[in-house]
Amino acid sequence: MLLSAENLSVSRGGIAVLEGVTLALAPGQALILRGPNGAGKTTLLRTLAGLQPLLKGTLQADEGALVYAGHADGNKGALTVRENLEFWAAIFGGGDVHPAMDTYALASLADRPAAQLSAGQKRRLGLARLIVARRAVWLLDEPTVSLDTAATAMFVAAVRAHLDAGGSAIIATHIELGLDEAAVLDITPFKARVTALDDFDEAFL
Amino acid sequence: MIALLIRDLRLAVRAGGGFGLGLAFFLIVVVLVPFAVGPRADLHRVIAPGVLWLGALLACLLSLDRIFALDHEDGSLDLLATAPLPLEALTCIKALAHWLTTGLPLVLAAPVLGVLMNLPAPGYVPLILSLALGTPALSVIGTFGAALTVGVRRGGLLMSLLVLPLYVPTLIFGAEAARRGADGLSYSTPLIMLAGITCGTIALLPFASAAVVRVNLR
Amino acid sequence: MASLWEYANPRKFIATSDRVLPWVGAGALVSLTVGLIWGFFFTPEDYRQGASVKIIYLHVPAALMAINAWLMMLVASLIWIVRRHHVSALAARAAAPVGAVMTVIALVTGALWGQPIWGTWWVWDPRLTSFLILFLFYLGYIALWSAIEDGDTAADLTSVLCLVGSVFALLSRYAVLFWNQGLHQGASLSLDKKENVADVFYLPLLVCIAGFVLLFVALVLMRTQTEIRARRMRALLARERML
Repeated sequence: MLLSAENLSVSRGGIAVLEGVTLALAPGQALILRGPNGAGKTTLLRTLAGLQPLLKGTLQADEGALVYAGHADGNKGALTVRENLEFWAAIFGGGDVHPAMDTYALASLADRPAAQLSAGQKRRLGLARLIVARRAVWLLDEPTVSLDTAATAMFVAAVRAHLDAGGSAIIATHIELGLDEAAVLDITPFKARVTALDDFDEAFL
Repeated sequence: MIALLIRDLRLAVRAGGGFGLGLAFFLIVVVLVPFAVGPRADLHRVIAPGVLWLGALLACLLSLDRIFALDHEDGSLDLLATAPLPLEALTCIKALAHWLTTGLPLVLAAPVLGVLMNLPAPGYVPLILSLALGTPALSVIGTFGAALTVGVRRGGLLMSLLVLPLYVPTLIFGAEAARRGADGLSYSTPLIMLAGITCGTIALLPFASAAVVRVNLR
Repeated sequence: MASLWEYANPRKFIATSDRVLPWVGAGALVSLTVGLIWGFFFTPEDYRQGASVKIIYLHVPAALMAINAWLMMLVASLIWIVRRHHVSALAARAAAPVGAVMTVIALVTGALWGQPIWGTWWVWDPRLTSFLILFLFYLGYIALWSAIEDGDTAADLTSVLCLVGSVFALLSRYAVLFWNQGLHQGASLSLDKKENVADVFYLPLLVCIAGFVLLFVALVLMRTQTEIRARRMRALLARERML
């Protein structure tokens, strides 16, 4: 297992939003998270990425196996596309950035400052970062926002290539990616129940 | 780590990076002081070390909110926190980049502004020495302040309120060394104390800064 | 025997402090009344300082509590960091404004005292300057608490600030001593009796100090209760939204 979580409870702003989430990812597997806005997809992903402490449960992942991509791409507008990618490649241990640029058709934009890219192009640059990071588990939060059909197809192809190479991915999304081999997890049933008023203790409830 | 340093330096010198703003601010503050206190060379000579130190400190303070705020806005702080780089190293690099883009230019510019303030001849060496030893502490302490307020919208004023009291010991010893030097006295004691503060803050504060960034990201 | 940490439960804390508060409050009222009246009207005037010496009954206890309040905040912050008891963090938050006011009282009474004795309202004396710096630390601490919405985040950040601030406050104290040797007299009270004020002033001063300590405890207990209730209210509202 690349990543496994058991009976996980996650919280946002000190209040539990999800509880009892159990999931496991083997190499080559992808998992699509579904659920209405505010259900806790982002919170779950951030917790899996280690940005937030978990409330309860156990989380097992290889040290340095994860890479996270949130709503913001983390591109620096003053740096060119190539510089942005080379920076992330260096941070994640070096490597060639050309395959990533080819995957997302960024080669022709390589020397353009990221500030001059369109929203979709910026997103492609943000997704290309995942490839240069060369991590096994991708944690993706709404990766297809502002991507057109062609770019979405590039993304799906990139995910497939990643899975074929023994990686895995958790993708929170609202659209149909056409990634039929992926398992789907609807997180709505895991919504945290309201605790009884009586146990007014440390958490003030 | 080197990649992060290079990126931060590159961002600082490119358009909109704000490199040189701190230096310009330093110049303006020092130019304004004689307008405020009157054109008396004897008075300028006395207050020169203090004014130069205070100007450098304020210039440092002004540029602090760039350390984490921009990275927080565009999401790269989240991504850096999940990258293999420990947050302690991240805060060290951030402080170093801040010092290289703000503190070091201030140290180099201070003698020129010393001429404007009629700084006595024996005061130049201790002024440069004290600024060179003290500005790293200002950057490291400032990084801590910036880390504390990274989640606060328009936290600039709050950050000043938090950081300025922390600057007191550095300012006292730094300005004291420069002052004693300008008066022709021995300045080794305050300089050693200043070096001690700088070493202590560099050794310990990055841990506090990293802890605080972690809290602010969740 | 029950563990001390039981009182870290908010409900238990409120129940216990409700029982203790009247006694502490009454104790503060009695000892302050007795101490101040005794000090102001039934002690002789100092042969050098005249009647102005009597401000000692406000100045010294306030100055003591200004420092002790910060120490209490430091301990509470450490407890929060290590054991994560919410009451501890809220008690630190509750103590800060009280400590800040104590610092202001110490500074103002010091200025009133200094005017006739030193002939000036303010000197950049190490002690006075240290208190001014302490006041700035209080301001920053309070401002950080009020700037951050999420309770636990604010508690974490202010605890770290309190820890770092304590080190820097101590550093500032020595830096200021180095910077200017002062006018201020030595400690008014110390355990080796050499420097102490005369016994006639000493006893009412002790009563006043006890009064200030009790007043501080009462205020902090009350304010902590308020913070706990405010926190509970917010938790209930959040729960409402989830239903």
